[in-house]
Amino acid sequence: MTLDSSKRGQVIRIISLPDEMIRAQATRFGIPEGTVVTCREVIPMGPVVIGRNRQEIAIGRNLAKLIGVEPVWSGEKECAAADHR
Amino acid sequence: MDCRELGKKAGMAGDTRYIVVVGNPNVGKTALFNAITGLYGDVSNFPGTTVEMCYGRVGRDLVVDTPGVYGISSFSGAEKLVRDLVLTADVIVDVVDAANLERDLFLTLHLIDLGLPVVVALNMSDETARHGLCVNREVLENILGVPVVATAAVKKEGIEALVRELSAARRGHRDAHLVRRLPEMAGELGTSEAIALLLLEGDASAAGTLDLPPGNERMLLYDKRRARANEISGLVYGPGQEEKSFLDKLGQVMIRPSTGFPILIVIMGLLYLLVGVLFAQVVVEFTQGRLMEGYYEPFIRTTLAARMDLESPIGVILTGQFGLLTMAITYLLGLLAPLVIGFFLVLSLLEDSGYLPRVAILMDRLLSVVGLNGMAIIPIVLGFGCVTAATITTRLLPTDRERRIAIFLLALAVPCSAQLAFVTAIMSRLGAAFFILYVMIILVVMVAAGVVLARVLPGFSTPLMLNVPQLRLPRPDNVIIKTWMRSWQFLKEAFPVFVGGALILSLLKLTGTLDVIQSSMEPITVGWLNLPRESASAFIMGLIRRDFGTAGILGMPLTIGEQFVAMVSLTLFVPCIASVMIIFKERGWKEGLVIWIAVLFLAFFIGGLVSKSLWFITGLVGPQAPAVMIGILVLLTAGALGVAFFSKRV
Repeated sequence: MTLDSSKRGQVIRIISLPDEMIRAQATRFGIPEGTVVTCREVIPMGPVVIGRNRQEIAIGRNLAKLIGVEPVWSGEKECAAADHR
Repeated sequence: MDCRELGKKAGMAGDTRYIVVVGNPNVGKTALFNAITGLYGDVSNFPGTTVEMCYGRVGRDLVVDTPGVYGISSFSGAEKLVRDLVLTADVIVDVVDAANLERDLFLTLHLIDLGLPVVVALNMSDETARHGLCVNREVLENILGVPVVATAAVKKEGIEALVRELSAARRGHRDAHLVRRLPEMAGELGTSEAIALLLLEGDASAAGTLDLPPGNERMLLYDKRRARANEISGLVYGPGQEEKSFLDKLGQVMIRPSTGFPILIVIMGLLYLLVGVLFAQVVVEFTQGRLMEGYYEPFIRTTLAARMDLESPIGVILTGQFGLLTMAITYLLGLLAPLVIGFFLVLSLLEDSGYLPRVAILMDRLLSVVGLNGMAIIPIVLGFGCVTAATITTRLLPTDRERRIAIFLLALAVPCSAQLAFVTAIMSRLGAAFFILYVMIILVVMVAAGVVLARVLPGFSTPLMLNVPQLRLPRPDNVIIKTWMRSWQFLKEAFPVFVGGALILSLLKLTGTLDVIQSSMEPITVGWLNLPRESASAFIMGLIRRDFGTAGILGMPLTIGEQFVAMVSLTLFVPCIASVMIIFKERGWKEGLVIWIAVLFLAFFIGGLVSKSLWFITGLVGPQAPAVMIGILVLLTAGALGVAFFSKRV
């Protein structure tokens, strides 16, 4: 799946970034491929805001469509999932 | 303080050290620079406040403030400048946000890997407690191998210790793989270790200097550096329970669409009440109506009348229609000063709270229509303070194409605080329907111009990738200083223009030249805009400053419809001389001239369209015309949106 289809509260792992420039910039920001982040907010048709520790990064919709992610945790408070967090 | 685009080493003596303050955007570099040098550079809570190199002195040393960067290379114009500065610096003060070490240590490690002399300022140390964090400064210092000083720049804490440690700046512990490799490479290539590393990382200019192909190890080295940064920050943060403060939660709510948009509307409403009602009506009523026109002007007239004939040329110049001592001074002090202070107060509050980047997120989608990303909302909002300053701020936009669009929209459709002051004064006499129509026309023109530019100009808009700053309570001292410095600067620039402009107009009037100009402009003013021929003088004044031209309308006996047409034309009119100079500087004289002529043409063209349709519709429906025009505009906009929507579907 891609970042633009993630839901608020979902924990996701970034698995692919579109090109070398974005990859370099993302590495500097602290969100290279493999990083686990929380989807903090999704603005309909607008940017997706992801968070890691105290940092929040807004990513424009068109870029979010190009970022491959995989879900780690749905964000729903199931006991089993919460225990493993 | 002096700001230059390039870090020229001005007036360097032999023993002067060259100290460069670098860091990620929005970590407090300028606050630290201010604290070290005792100077004042604007400090806000959004990434990209500083777009120029500014320098000041401490003792014999030269301190340079720089725009924020996330690494050293040449990804953007700002980065190139910072790279050139750090490569020649004697001491680098690397400012890091104590609560965001994971992100910030990438740049720190980059500087250390380059083999440069570094001191780390662990800034915003006072805020870590708020996040329930404990930062082990000593561990950080030992791992990095460079001095680390805890600071809280806006509170001026830790500054003395930092200045003491400047002489202890040294090369830190670089990546184990680079320790032997870089000196060898530098020796073979006959260059510095820093340039050697930049070459490995594929930096285009390092490759150009050495006339070698750029290396391809950027991602390899970046990945290692990222892993080290994460590891170090894991070791430095002690155990602590992280907790969300009220401001963190508020910041979250402000970007949640269901709550964010209502909050945006409420904030805009409050700001309107503060500036549009409190400052524009209550305060101006007092300063202009009571103080200036009630006491000051009669006093000047009676005093001068006792000594001279007020109808004589000198009398007209001093107290006539464009009187130096009456009109110019009253407008400056009675109307402009309180409103400009009001606008800059509001802007300072918006900047310092960290709200603007949140607006950028909410507006990203809308701005993509005009070929910009959400960040462009920052220069556009700042334009309502001063278009000149906002034009410089467009440098925080990543591409030339986006800067071009933003600069054109600022020049065409964003009225600065001074002009808004006069527009508010005039609009309050015209009624709500005209006010709404005015706002709609300006917005439609702005969006239409943006859409056309986005279509015509080659290239794409850069996608948004924005580090959202934390929401903070604005510091009253910074808000007051910033408001005062900017208002004072603004009025200082406006003063000679108002006085000089008034003098020129009086001279033109006395010599009869004004009459000639008015006659020659009749086809435009009378024929196309349906305004009286005297309005030519407002446009002449507007060539110098739009606000000055708008002020000219204030003193003219025009009908409501005429005032409205003049307001629309003058809002879209060419920006002030100072802005034009900046546009020429930023964009070159050719493009600057094209922008200037295009704006001038559009102002008259749209002004005339508005005038013709206003008279036509008034002929049909009488005084309901503005309401009808609002309806027509809404229908047209909806129609355009519909067409755009369906054409995309197909």
